[in-house]
Amino acid sequence: MDKVKKIFGGDTRQLGMIFALVALIIFFQIWTGGLTLTPDNVINIFQQNSYILVLAIGMVLVIIAGHIDLSVGSVAAFVGICVAIAMRDWGLSWWMGILFGLAIGALVGAWHGVWVAYVGIPAFIVTLSGMLLFRGANQYVGKSNSVPVSEDFQVIGGGYLPEVGFNTGYNNLTVLIGLLLAVGIIIGSLRSRRALVKLGADVEDAWVMWVRLGLICAAIIGATLLFGSGRPGTSFPIAGMILAVLVLVYGFISNRTVIGRHIYAVGGNRHAAELSGVKSKKVNFLVMMNMSILAALAGMIFVARSTASGPADGVGWELDAIAAVFIGGAAVTGGVGTVVGSIVGGLVMAVLNNGLQLKGIGADATQMIKGLVLLVAVAFDVYNKSAGRVSILGMIAKSFRRSGSDDDSDAPPPPSAATETTPVTETIRQSG
Amino acid sequence: MSDPSNPAPGSSDADVTGAAANPVHPPGSVILEMRDITKEFPGVKALANVSMAVRRGEVHAICGENGAGKSTLMKVLSGVHPAGTYEGEIHFEGQLSEFNNIRDSEHAGIVIIHQELALIPEMSIAENIFLGNETAAGGVIDWLATRVKARELLARVGLDEEPDTKIRDIGVGKQQLVEIAKALSKDVKLLILDEPTAALNEGDSQHLLDLIAGLRSKGVTCIMISHKLNEIEQIADSITIIRDGKSIETLRVKEDGVDENRIIRGMVGRDLESRFPDHTPQIGEVFFEVSNWTVRHPNVPDRLVAKHSDFFVRRGEIVGFAGLMGAGRTELMRSLFGRSYGTYVEGTIVKDGKKLRLRSVSDAIDAGLAYVTEDRKSLGLNLLDDIKRTTVSARLQRITRGFVVDERAEYNYAESFRKSLRTKAPNVDEGVAKLSGGNQQKVVLAKWLFTEPDLLILDEPTRGIDVGAKFEIYGIIQRMASEGKGVILVSSELPELIGLSDRIYTIAEGAVTGVLTREEADQESLMRLMTRRTHGGSEATTLESA
Repeated sequence: MDKVKKIFGGDTRQLGMIFALVALIIFFQIWTGGLTLTPDNVINIFQQNSYILVLAIGMVLVIIAGHIDLSVGSVAAFVGICVAIAMRDWGLSWWMGILFGLAIGALVGAWHGVWVAYVGIPAFIVTLSGMLLFRGANQYVGKSNSVPVSEDFQVIGGGYLPEVGFNTGYNNLTVLIGLLLAVGIIIGSLRSRRALVKLGADVEDAWVMWVRLGLICAAIIGATLLFGSGRPGTSFPIAGMILAVLVLVYGFISNRTVIGRHIYAVGGNRHAAELSGVKSKKVNFLVMMNMSILAALAGMIFVARSTASGPADGVGWELDAIAAVFIGGAAVTGGVGTVVGSIVGGLVMAVLNNGLQLKGIGADATQMIKGLVLLVAVAFDVYNKSAGRVSILGMIAKSFRRSGSDDDSDAPPPPSAATETTPVTETIRQSG
Repeated sequence: MSDPSNPAPGSSDADVTGAAANPVHPPGSVILEMRDITKEFPGVKALANVSMAVRRGEVHAICGENGAGKSTLMKVLSGVHPAGTYEGEIHFEGQLSEFNNIRDSEHAGIVIIHQELALIPEMSIAENIFLGNETAAGGVIDWLATRVKARELLARVGLDEEPDTKIRDIGVGKQQLVEIAKALSKDVKLLILDEPTAALNEGDSQHLLDLIAGLRSKGVTCIMISHKLNEIEQIADSITIIRDGKSIETLRVKEDGVDENRIIRGMVGRDLESRFPDHTPQIGEVFFEVSNWTVRHPNVPDRLVAKHSDFFVRRGEIVGFAGLMGAGRTELMRSLFGRSYGTYVEGTIVKDGKKLRLRSVSDAIDAGLAYVTEDRKSLGLNLLDDIKRTTVSARLQRITRGFVVDERAEYNYAESFRKSLRTKAPNVDEGVAKLSGGNQQKVVLAKWLFTEPDLLILDEPTRGIDVGAKFEIYGIIQRMASEGKGVILVSSELPELIGLSDRIYTIAEGAVTGVLTREEADQESLMRLMTRRTHGGSEATTLESA
């Protein structure tokens, strides 16, 4: 167990989610008799859920900062109809339509941001208001009609990477991107390892890194071949590409940039952040604004995929996005959460949805199951963190250690030496 | 780790058995005995064969450094850690007691008052006193009886407030008294107070200690956990010292002639020759000067929290600020630190000959000011963060290229501060929530030293920190001064101010009432200046309780 932990990094929560996702995929793969991991189905899962995952990226930042955004579905729908009408009536080209949509998203986000950050109204109220306001605005602007969008715009929601080069039986571009990604990850790992060695920090054993890289590369190549071998004309979806770029960019922003650090700081302890010179109002404003920009993007992807904007677009999206974030390990109280975790959380829901659909389970049962999964996932998290309890993974690890030979953590008398029983050491600290 | 069969030396096993057999319970007999209590958390032994005996009608202090296991022991006693989760026996009133929760222990007459008060701010005093213990018939509360009883209880604890007053409208000192009234309403036989005076000023503390002495004379037995050794020396009859989860000894204050140094020796296991490290001040020019500084309360516009204050700091100088709680020391410092408190009215800050206009905290940081808050957990730290991120958080731009944080530099700085401040942590990836109070404070200091300040404002830098870590923090403060920085030290502990400061300003009701040099300052002269009334503005801060 320790070895497994080492390979995937020490973060128990993220690790748990990834395991859950893999287990879920294997389970459905068996249960559906191999229908889950077919090229068409995997492409389908991505296309059907990309807009929710885009929302989840924005939502996790909002939730880390200690807020919530209930308006994203309505904002997405509002932007969708505005873009559709602008392109139809004003003759905007597809890329101008996208820019126009993002600009509207920014304006809507600024509206929310001002109320939340500068007036000090709780985001729950502001965005509940926004949810009603922009749903109504969608129906007002579109006169409750559907408005179709042009084919070149549809690419961002329903398009695929094009075929280039000679026929290999696979989509060449998809395969190329997959290979580049794998190579990039290997080089990145080696570089950061070298940097750590230079700093004199503890580095993991080389085998750990190589096993992990092997697993990651195998997963990437597997996925690449899956995406690249679909029906002719299909390949890795454009919406998936947009999502992948967003994950990379926002993952970087949240971890490595000043604004990212400030979001965590404000969500973790706003007063302490302010006394450290963080301008918390600005942070809150930007986070809310960013959410609406991403909601605009999600709305456009959806409109592109469904070829038209309608009055009922985006209903209930906010709940899917919020569920993804919390399944992905974010804390209701703010300060905790990761972009990647939220994507994994969103994929858990997506795979669940898809698998149940493949088995012909009704929407009623599907909803009930999803509701319970959300509850169980967060309950597991709370249980893990609650005082005086060992995490389940920790317990398993412990039993392994007693019987097994690889006891790498020495006798733990000083509290600080017990590394993985986080909640316990915390309790002792408080009680001491 | 320890010999399991051997109870702590000095614990009074002999008279315990005698008392338990005596049915009459005369004063001086043993009311509580804890035998060989061992409490393990997975991976850590928090208590190892702790034994102690408390006599009826005494004030029994428990002393130990942070993390020694005092609070865990009290949680075992009060049923927070239920019977079966620990080893050992608890005998209360001669009976073997197995409490499964707090209700059980309260039923037996043991009431614990935690350091963080468990009162609900939006509810009235009377409602809080009887919360969970309502005077009711068939679920309907009898408000008249509740108020009458509340009034009686308030009189017993000497609190002159209406039972209908909301908790949020009274000060911490009075809230503490409400907690005690609440305990008395439960027919308490053994009252446990966990750091009761930690948040109180000297006046309130003294009042509380007098109240405890009064309760003792009425036969209520008290167990008191405190870091304030002078208070323990003053009020306790017996002291049990706990170190590293083991009971070291029980001292009888009168019989054994115990003084503070004796207690410290027991707590740290060695003599602390000096409470303060050696330091030769090298004082330079005046470089920071505040004049006529006047600030309004953020919510009450006609109330001034700082009144025409003038003071200055020289390079290499440690300048103390003394004042009673509510005198406005924190408010003054925070208003200087980028107007993070109150509304600016007038006044100037001059640093290195230049007039500063600090409109925000980041302005203040850029100008070379640093402010270490008195409230480490709620204002000083993001407890979700780790050491390295915390270390660089107040001046991220020092290690960024564009907007991107250089993680290598972050690690380097955090690691070098960890080493130079001797923060006890396995590595800089450790979460700050896992550190002890003293080590958390070192991380906070590292965070502010990382901003390369010229003036370091330290607000109660050793609050809630144990003796050993205090000594180290003092050393760090003196080192900063030796490097030519100015240090402002705000503290409620007068010995600390006198021991460290080169000069001490006193503050009362938001105004500077005097300044004493190292040679002039002693507790009496400071106290006199701290309680001096200022003129004008009778609405200003007054002492919170009489």
